Amino acid sequence: MRRRVFLVTGIVLVALVLAVALVSLFWTPFPAADTTGGRLEGPGAHHLLGTDKLGRDLLTRLMIGARIAVAVGLGAVALGAVLGGLAGLLAGFANRWLDDTLAALLDILIAFPTLLLAMLVVAARGASLASAIVAIGLAMSAIVARLTRVLVKRVLAMDYVTAARTSGVSWPRIVTAHVLPNIWPTLAVNLALQFGLAVLAEASLSYLGLGPPPPNASWGRLLQEAQSTVLTAPTGAIAPGVLLVVLVVGVNLLADGLRDVADPTRRGHR
Amino acid sequence: MSLLTVSDLTVSSADGRTLVDGLSFSVGRGHRLGLIGESGSGKSLTTLAVAGLLPPGLRASGTVLLDGTSVLGAPERSLNRLRGRVAAVVFQEPSTALDPLMRLGHQVAEPLRRHQGLRGAALKAAVLASLEEVALPARVARAYPHEVSGGQRQRAAIAMALACRPALLIADEPTTALDVTVQAEVLALLDRLATAHEMALLFVSHDLAVVGKVTDEVVVLSAGRAVRTGPLRSVLADPGDAYTAALVASARRLDEALGGAL
Repeated sequence: MRRRVFLVTGIVLVALVLAVALVSLFWTPFPAADTTGGRLEGPGAHHLLGTDKLGRDLLTRLMIGARIAVAVGLGAVALGAVLGGLAGLLAGFANRWLDDTLAALLDILIAFPTLLLAMLVVAARGASLASAIVAIGLAMSAIVARLTRVLVKRVLAMDYVTAARTSGVSWPRIVTAHVLPNIWPTLAVNLALQFGLAVLAEASLSYLGLGPPPPNASWGRLLQEAQSTVLTAPTGAIAPGVLLVVLVVGVNLLADGLRDVADPTRRGHR
Repeated sequence: MSLLTVSDLTVSSADGRTLVDGLSFSVGRGHRLGLIGESGSGKSLTTLAVAGLLPPGLRASGTVLLDGTSVLGAPERSLNRLRGRVAAVVFQEPSTALDPLMRLGHQVAEPLRRHQGLRGAALKAAVLASLEEVALPARVARAYPHEVSGGQRQRAAIAMALACRPALLIADEPTTALDVTVQAEVLALLDRLATAHEMALLFVSHDLAVVGKVTDEVVVLSAGRAVRTGPLRSVLADPGDAYTAALVASARRLDEALGGAL
């Protein structure tokens, strides 16, 4: 029951941010480049959350930031899942030599700090939304691959896979019927957690000025821009921070709840 | 010709230790053979070698002929034609022998679909018939493995193994994970099914009393070597070597404690 509450709360929080991101595609309170507001206005009737130091509406900027956060999260997870999943499956099935090589490679990749890797990618490709997605997705794929490899190996060691082999079931069929369904719950929960981490990583990159360049209003950039005026206009720093927390906590709760939905042994027992 | 002929089977690990040492035995059609030995005596490796499932790190030599086809070193493709149709395996631990995320009906259906080409209503009827054969109620088909008891899981695993009507059933400690009353039921079931389908049985156990319930011939393994081979009665009457004698004596003690007569 408690878990159900987690799941619902997670869904609500994530849906909230998704809705904001979607709405921002069609409508924002002010145009993105509108600088007609006063500088650093506090929350009010005209600008609900106030304005930044260039007179831009903060709510508008936050809504566009939601779009970027969601885009980077989904993009990085998609890239990480495909690349990492395939590499992990390969390593899981590989003979000892190939497996050892891949495992060592993955360990090196994981030991490499995400931000450093991201800086390399940004240096090579230039700062952009796509660079952020590629950088974070690459770092994530190493983690996903390592997890997938272990999960695949665990399933392959199970008697039901041996039993399937003894009754002559082909390898492709074993992968689709037994391996994928059995690794998917754990993998899905991990990918949901990775989504939250990707959003945070993008905020960090943007905070350092390596994310999507201005005038893109990533939450990390909003935090960085509000830093110098945090004492006189705290909303500018608090609002993006709160939104980051809402999305990341929401995704984590969702991930936790997902595990129970995906696993029949934990489903429907009180 | 025998259904299964194992001659001079030797399995050694990558670091050169000999795990199974020059083992030879054969199982004729409809015959039953018990493979007895303690943990680490090479029983399970022998069954894996017979089914062509040895882990990649191990080297095997000698010959294993299953229905006239050599198993050792054979490509996966030719093994696939043997597996299921000629030989099927029932494992020790029913909780890992069944996919936890697949309904039991689906798992039983899988070999039926593959080997008998059944689809739709015919497949459904065949699944129910298979379940009935191992004395499982029809509702089990809709259940996940964790929703039924250990004995029922093992019955489902047996139903899966039998689905392709194998000529040889390899049972690797099929009752060890079960409690004693359920053990007796599953043994009786195996006995009945083997008789009904004229199926040969290679029965592996560390428990002489259990083997005694289903087989008529035994091979006693110790440290990878066959120390005694022969009909069960003569092994009991005249154990011969020290290891077999100890095994028989302990089985007798247990039997006397339970008030039966071996």
